Amino acid sequence: MDWLTYLSFGDAGWGDELLQGLGVTLALALATLPVGLLLGLLVAALALFGARPARALALAFSTTLRGLPELLTLFIIYHGVGMGLNALLRWYNPAAGYLELSPFIAGVLALGLVFAAYSSEVWRGAWQALDGGQREAGQAMGLRRLTIFRVIELPQLLRLALPGLGNLWINLLKDTALVSVIALSDLMRMANIAVGTTKKPFLFFLVVCLAYWGVCLLCECLLGRMERRANRGYRSGGAAA
Amino acid sequence: MMDILMRFSGQLLAGAGLTLQLTAIAALLACALALPLAIARCSERGLLRWPIRLFVSFFRGTPLLAQLFLVYYGSGQFRAELSQLGLWWFFRDPYYCALLTFVLNSTAYQVEILRGGLRAVPYGQIEAGVAMGLSRFNQYRTIILPNAYRIAFPALGNEIILLLKGSAVVSVITLFDVMGQTRRIFSQTFDLSVYLWAALLYLLMTSAFVWLWHRLELGLTRHQRARQAPSTATSLASKRVSAGVSP
Amino acid sequence: MNKTLRSLLLCASLVALPFAAVQAAEGPTLRLATEGAYPPFNYYTADGQLAGFDIEIGKALCERMQAKCSLVAQDWDGIIPALLARKYDVIIASMFITEERRQKVAFSDPYQKSAMTFVVPKDSELQDFSPAAMAGKTIGAQGATTQADYLMARFPDSDVRLYPTQDAVNLDLVSGRLDAQVGDMIPMLDWTRKSTDGSCCRLAGEPISDPKYVGEGVGMALRKEDEQLRLALNQALASIIADGTYKAINDKFFSVNLLTLEQ
Repeated sequence: MDWLTYLSFGDAGWGDELLQGLGVTLALALATLPVGLLLGLLVAALALFGARPARALALAFSTTLRGLPELLTLFIIYHGVGMGLNALLRWYNPAAGYLELSPFIAGVLALGLVFAAYSSEVWRGAWQALDGGQREAGQAMGLRRLTIFRVIELPQLLRLALPGLGNLWINLLKDTALVSVIALSDLMRMANIAVGTTKKPFLFFLVVCLAYWGVCLLCECLLGRMERRANRGYRSGGAAA
Repeated sequence: MMDILMRFSGQLLAGAGLTLQLTAIAALLACALALPLAIARCSERGLLRWPIRLFVSFFRGTPLLAQLFLVYYGSGQFRAELSQLGLWWFFRDPYYCALLTFVLNSTAYQVEILRGGLRAVPYGQIEAGVAMGLSRFNQYRTIILPNAYRIAFPALGNEIILLLKGSAVVSVITLFDVMGQTRRIFSQTFDLSVYLWAALLYLLMTSAFVWLWHRLELGLTRHQRARQAPSTATSLASKRVSAGVSP
Repeated sequence: MNKTLRSLLLCASLVALPFAAVQAAEGPTLRLATEGAYPPFNYYTADGQLAGFDIEIGKALCERMQAKCSLVAQDWDGIIPALLARKYDVIIASMFITEERRQKVAFSDPYQKSAMTFVVPKDSELQDFSPAAMAGKTIGAQGATTQADYLMARFPDSDVRLYPTQDAVNLDLVSGRLDAQVGDMIPMLDWTRKSTDGSCCRLAGEPISDPKYVGEGVGMALRKEDEQLRLALNQALASIIADGTYKAINDKFFSVNLLTLEQ
């Protein structure tokens, strides 16, 4: 059973490195989530309620980022933003030191932008499904725009958008595997390093697949629970699932 | 920027050719494979349901990159066994490994999409088929499948676009698709603009496909839109009557 | 729902904080970079530490220069762009000095000489490694290396495959996907003689020492404006060669003298 040795913890085995990699994977996904959700909400708001140029911008953002492979977006941001930041810094202060763009931040930026583009579509669909009459009632009561959003629209938005956002979260978890290509020590990269030394690719990549599968199944379970809780008190329309 | 385009446009276009070829073949094969699996998945007899559910769950719950590495490098580890089975010629080629991975992955997603389409077919139409005495096979051929595919059409288009974009990962197993050519050119010139040209190329490919799919969908749903213009037809007819010509 | 969501989002942002690494100007620490996938020059041990000839030379140089050094690993095809973007200061990863690279970066004096060589499976019948004879054959190499440039320039009729790491090339040569690979001679000697999977294969053909691709040898890469650092490194290098520190590290890993390629 020498595959057990390969996966063990401690100096001889790679189990602890793989677990560390899994931690980085989850941290990356969790850090990207708020960025993607908030930016997506903003873009959706611009697309629905903004002036013409804002709507065009929102549409361009959403179309471009959904039309590019995530791997490409990751490379462009990793190489491009790093160069751009330093050029900006040196233009401002030629004697300045160095600004480091860690692969983690590059990953959060790239995946966050992609997540925002997809989630803006989900938010948009959910927003359009809201009952306009409730918004008008809020206006009639003299509530401010932000209050109407916070008290009336947002709770309903969350319920309607949850299935779509849940799918996007699962996709985000899987997309984090791509950052292994830009040297972030996530689960995929640790597996590659382990394979380089042990020459047992099937074992390690199978373990990686099972780990991702396990996390995704867990998330699907949790999301199902969240959806049921969000839909408590609502009668289900249409045929029973 | 422009000199990069002039020097390397041939290579980038060759990469685009490989990307499109890989995506098209994988999508078609997956479509063919997904149909029987989706029907089996929806059947009442539960024997095949669980294995299919497991298959779909695995391929939708793991990253494409991990699946690709598992197939490509994993098969390399078992070269001796595969040679004995006479399968090594297949797994030796990265193109076939990529094709296999994409077919399996896309089949899983398409099974779910088709399942949704099949369930959304209005039951009244199926009942009518049964009442007319159509065999199960003919029910599928004439009523269920045309409806199911039409309902699932937008989602299928989305899946093909995701496959096109996902194909970028084959650059990591030595295939020179758009992404592979781009990384090679970048490693020689360190000019970031080559990535921007690659981005433009992908946007062109996805936009062209979205347009094409939309035209196809318009063609397939023509009969659903024609019903919405009775006012024109009746007003024309009434005009003819008032002009003394028979409608 | 609101409260749980809010606290979840807060937790997510807090989790991300330790990883945020946008640092301002550094102190006197010298930042070295290596690849970590090129045994025996730079590789990862089973407990996740970087080790190898390059790492030991780097540590010896830092000690000689009395500078504090940190070490990071970086993927090969992004290693020069990241140096130019100021992610670190010196690349010490068995990088060949070539004219094309000199256009982007500056190099220290060579600390190692090498040549390129073909590697084939032991039972291979290939004898002739000229471009004509290798037409239609599958040859592998690591991407963004001088070997890759050599293959793409000189072997247009062969099926050239480029891989992200040397390990990946080795894996495919062992499994039989490649007819041959072109690699750096010293690591290939080490791989074929000392490792279990490398015993499948042997070096073949004449060593390739075309100066356009092999150049003056292997050096450390720096940004062009860091001339002071380059001079300091050269001084330290000359010093460790003179007093035998270099030889000690050399003999620890190889039976060949890396500066002259003599046995």
